[in-house]
Amino acid sequence: MSTMTQTSGAGTYLDAFSELEQRGSKQPEWLRSLRQEAFASFCDTGFPTIKDEAWRFTSVAPISQTVFSLPEAGPSGVTRAEVEAFRIDGTACSLVFVNGRFAPELSDQPKLAAGVHAGSLGEALAGDTGALELQLGLKLALQNDAFSSLNTAFIEDGACIRIARGTVLEAPIHLLFLSTGAEEPLMFHHRNLIVAEANTQVGIVEEHISLADGVTFSNVVTELIAAENAVASHYMIERKNRQSFHVATLRIQQERSANVSSHSFLLGGALVRNNVHPVFAGEGGECLINGLFIGEDRQHLDNYMLVEHASPRCNSHQYYNGILNDHAHGVFHGRIIVHKDAQKTDSKQTNRNLLLSDDAQIDTKPQLEIYADDVKCTHGATIGQMDDNALFYLRSRGLDENAARSLLLFAFAGECTGRIKPGPVRAHIEKLVRRALPKIIANGEAGDGGEREDKGRNWEEVG
Amino acid sequence: MAMLEIRNLHARVNKQEILKGINLDINAGEVHSLMGPNGSGKSTLAQVLARRETYEVTEGEVLFNGKDLLAMKPEEAACEGLFIAFQYPVEVPGISNSYFLRAALNAQRKYRGEEPIDAIDFIPLLKEKMKLLEMDERFQSRAINEGFSGGEKKRNEIVQMAVLNPSLAILDETDSGLDIDALKIVSQGVNAMRSPDRAIVMVTHYQRLLDYIVPDFVHVLAGGKIVKSGGAELALELEREGYGWIEPALAGAR
Ligand SMILES: Nc1ncnc2c1ncn2[C@@H]1O[C@H](COP(=O)(O)OP(=O)(O)OP(=O)(O)O)[C@@H](O)[C@H]1O
Ligand SMILES: [Mg+2]
Repeated sequence: MSTMTQTSGAGTYLDAFSELEQRGSKQPEWLRSLRQEAFASFCDTGFPTIKDEAWRFTSVAPISQTVFSLPEAGPSGVTRAEVEAFRIDGTACSLVFVNGRFAPELSDQPKLAAGVHAGSLGEALAGDTGALELQLGLKLALQNDAFSSLNTAFIEDGACIRIARGTVLEAPIHLLFLSTGAEEPLMFHHRNLIVAEANTQVGIVEEHISLADGVTFSNVVTELIAAENAVASHYMIERKNRQSFHVATLRIQQERSANVSSHSFLLGGALVRNNVHPVFAGEGGECLINGLFIGEDRQHLDNYMLVEHASPRCNSHQYYNGILNDHAHGVFHGRIIVHKDAQKTDSKQTNRNLLLSDDAQIDTKPQLEIYADDVKCTHGATIGQMDDNALFYLRSRGLDENAARSLLLFAFAGECTGRIKPGPVRAHIEKLVRRALPKIIANGEAGDGGEREDKGRNWEEVG
Repeated sequence: MAMLEIRNLHARVNKQEILKGINLDINAGEVHSLMGPNGSGKSTLAQVLARRETYEVTEGEVLFNGKDLLAMKPEEAACEGLFIAFQYPVEVPGISNSYFLRAALNAQRKYRGEEPIDAIDFIPLLKEKMKLLEMDERFQSRAINEGFSGGEKKRNEIVQMAVLNPSLAILDETDSGLDIDALKIVSQGVNAMRSPDRAIVMVTHYQRLLDYIVPDFVHVLAGGKIVKSGGAELALELEREGYGWIEPALAGAR
């Protein structure tokens, strides 16, 4: 039986939505109406096409033309032993989700410090007394955002983290989203809510892993609210199988003097879109948006940044590096909006790309919309091949070609991992990146040490 | 058998012939100086020996300790004991000097069937060599040549040489652009490496270097050929007279 059906847009999600409506009886009334509103918005909008400015370089046809089912309720079949390999030493707790649902039996939940709550959003919603209504989805614009609408329509579970005023949590919280294989394509709409109240500190690792082959569509929305003077770090690690569709949206709301860093590492998947959308709602905020994408075969990795400066004296720094081999296609689209009142904005955007094969492709696009007059905004992108001079230099000291290539790639990737605070998360990510690189090198054109024409464009602009 | 035997070596780059029949023997324990006007092919010779693919060998052969050097990859030539201190050392961001140098040393040790050296044993070795070249210890954790001054890059090349301990070292204008203090330091580093088992070739334009490192032989490369060879006194002659006086010889060679 073929599970791939030619369909157009929203219709196919109706069955799944009705199914969820029936079993979502434990959900509060306000959520039902939020979900219905979101579903209506999704039906209105439909999936984006490459005519949409924000989707110019990415066709979501493989997603819109596949029928996905919601995973069935019931035991996941995943054992603790399987999960152990994925844990990171030195975390405060690890919350494990299998096929979109919280799996307490697989999670590690030691008693957390006073003021720290980390658990399932589904459970929190079931017991909600009104607090969540004030935060969930409030800052998310659903119009013209099919994926966020879809996610909201299908809110069921995810992580709910709350750091109470003045609490400093030094060890990071690890969220592990695992998917198991299935006969038919499955979809998950993980929804995470992270609230860092005033004067808090927290780090959250959101890691997406496929345990087996199989087509999945994970559509993740994470809302991160950083209240006044909160310091929050978010790490997104995507290492799904090569059949996976993965769309992630990180919506960051920053109040006065909040300091947020977002680190994204796209290391797997077939079609991946990563949206990072911080909004500076108070003065003096700071946001680091750091990312690395490594693609091979026919992977399509799209990084979309929307940085909204809505208040004065905020700094945003975007640094994304891409490494693409074979026929991989990367996208970096960095949109920066500086609103009228956001004077003294300091915004910087840098995208560096290494293309390791003639067929690899990168589309990099800055999009600056500046309505204030006293601002500093710079952006620049480079596209190039591996530096032959450097490669030769390393080899001339005795390193073989693969070792030299891997060292150069690791150095390039290291620009991104180096922006992570030293500690267990950085070590974990460095290990994953190191593991992703040899694959790239083994596939590379080893032995081709000859001069290559530099077809890369290289530009730097200050605007 | 000489350590390095170059026979009728012709090489070209971008279809243009640069080396037009080089013949040269270098024995262990010897120090040679290779001089000659700008563009005569000195660096090309060094790059060919280092096995840079950009330079295409069209004729001739090179034996290094009896082995066919021209059949080797750059890393094999290095592991066989060849070291080039480059005229323009490359900056490699993101890789620290010490990490790189230990990786290189271990690659060479592995090639020779030796155990790898761990960081604990390596750091003192590196520090010792850096001290010899009067380089601040902080350079070990800095990215390879990144942001180094010209002189620092040259000294860093000699540090690498001292750590890798090659049997044949070719120093391509390691003295150019150095002030007299740096020149003394570099010369001291090179002299410390002189040994009956090692050969050193210094490519230079300046007699000044040869005051500190006295060569056994001096060769003049012009128009892609060695047009004159002699002892240390030849360099002095060149210093006094310039290349003009060998011009007739050069013309005759053409
Ligand atoms: N990669 C290259 N591409 C094109 N031409 C080259 C290249 N390398 C060298 N050449 C040319 O080959 C000739 C010899 O250059 P080479 O660098 O070997 O000279 P040199 O003797 O080292 O000179 P100098 O004393 O100025 O360092 C020059 O005409 C130079 O322009
Ligand atoms: Mg030269």
